[in-house]
Amino acid sequence: MRGQRQTVAEVAVVDYGLGNLRSVTRGLERAGAAVDVTDDPDTIVDADGIVLPGVGAFSEGMDNAGPFRELLVEQAEAGTPLFGICLGMQMLLTSSEEADHEGEGEVEGLDLIPGTNVRFPDSVKVPQMGWNTLSVQRTHPLVSGPGAADPDGTADSDRSVDGEYAYFVHSYYARPDDPDAVVATTEYGPEFASIVANEAGNVFGTQFHPEKSGETGLQILRNFVDFCADR
Amino acid sequence: MTLTKRIIPCIDVDVDDDGNAAVYTGVNFEDLEYTGDPVEMAKRYNEAGADEFVFLDITASAEGRETMLETVSSVADEVFIPLTVGGGIRTREDIKETLRAGADKVSINTGALERPALIGEGAEAFGSQCIVISVDARRRFDEGGEYYAEVDGESCWFECTVKGGREGTGTDAVEWAEEAEQRGAGELFINSIDADGTKDGYDIPLMKAVCDAVSTPVIASSGCGGPEDAYEVFTEANADAALAASIFHFGEYSIEETKRYLDERGIPVRL
Repeated sequence: MRGQRQTVAEVAVVDYGLGNLRSVTRGLERAGAAVDVTDDPDTIVDADGIVLPGVGAFSEGMDNAGPFRELLVEQAEAGTPLFGICLGMQMLLTSSEEADHEGEGEVEGLDLIPGTNVRFPDSVKVPQMGWNTLSVQRTHPLVSGPGAADPDGTADSDRSVDGEYAYFVHSYYARPDDPDAVVATTEYGPEFASIVANEAGNVFGTQFHPEKSGETGLQILRNFVDFCADR
Repeated sequence: MTLTKRIIPCIDVDVDDDGNAAVYTGVNFEDLEYTGDPVEMAKRYNEAGADEFVFLDITASAEGRETMLETVSSVADEVFIPLTVGGGIRTREDIKETLRAGADKVSINTGALERPALIGEGAEAFGSQCIVISVDARRRFDEGGEYYAEVDGESCWFECTVKGGREGTGTDAVEWAEEAEQRGAGELFINSIDADGTKDGYDIPLMKAVCDAVSTPVIASSGCGGPEDAYEVFTEANADAALAASIFHFGEYSIEETKRYLDERGIPVRL
């Protein structure tokens, strides 16, 4: 495992609730970020990149993230890299079946990547919990591109995570309206979008936890930090 | 490609005479044997391909709890795979503290048996995914419960125990697993008092009874003596993860060796 890198970018981790933010912070630091775990709007605006973490339920997550909605949408539109992790990724979409499932009616997501989050079918154990494979569908700075060790050099093989394992814990998955929003897929019953991105490329998310996905996850965090630094 | 079966080393954390975290491993939950520093051990296992870790505070004391949280933080700073932490968790505040220290999931045993509402409270506040309910089950061949399993030709049921298996509760372990799932547990961690420390294999009738009854992931624990036991619990009981302590601690089998054995036999594992 590589050690700490030199700091190349400042990243704000949006602190809107509970749970383990320590791992994502340490992972980003190891990837070369100076990290602020913060709920301060100015700090978020000043950062080179923003991470929207998240565990738990969609409606509760959106409730807690409510005060940041306008700010996050503004920053996304301004081109700042915005990285949603797990529930944080689901919140980038328009809506979720989960809110309806809980009898709470329609809950609006950030709508930065149009689409909805749907529940796994009953034919598989829910939640999906554990390590599953990433199949990269297209190029994006977060993952490089398809092809683990591309002999033609079209993918930057050092940065690629195609075919690698990542750690998932979730009952719902993203179904973007635009098929081009799908950067990587994973199979669990259906083949679902495990990494999504908007058209401009600066808003993206992983359904899995990169901060819990060993060396593969750290590579994704390094790719993210480099992307933030390049802007 | 599909979701892989997980191999999980379990690390029992105690406090040594100098107040430092120390790892021991037990036989039948007693006679503890010293094996080393928890952080070093976690790093070694991570490099060997462990899919996640379970840390158990076996002191169940205030001092042990503090040492445990420090240990969890040190491990979380070095090792980027999931950590489950258990031992003495009884309140919502305990859950919060443990997650804040860097745990991804908490394993709750007696605390949930004493007050089942804790499961729902934890799931609501932090998400089901981080609430693991741990059950210490033992075989009962008497008529205290309804028979549904068979061990060596004898009918039996499984009872939840507390205090490391020394005390029965009268509660049926499989019914409790179902109730825990309904209350919001995201995973079940099933220990067998009968198989623990024997290295004779997992308690397959117990694991099968639980896996058939619930749809949340099940971590099978107790009794692993080698890769063939992990194979058995995956194929015979359909467990999602196999947990082991002593065979990895003492280097009898490496995690990688165990995974290769499984891979060769068609069990999906992360290699």
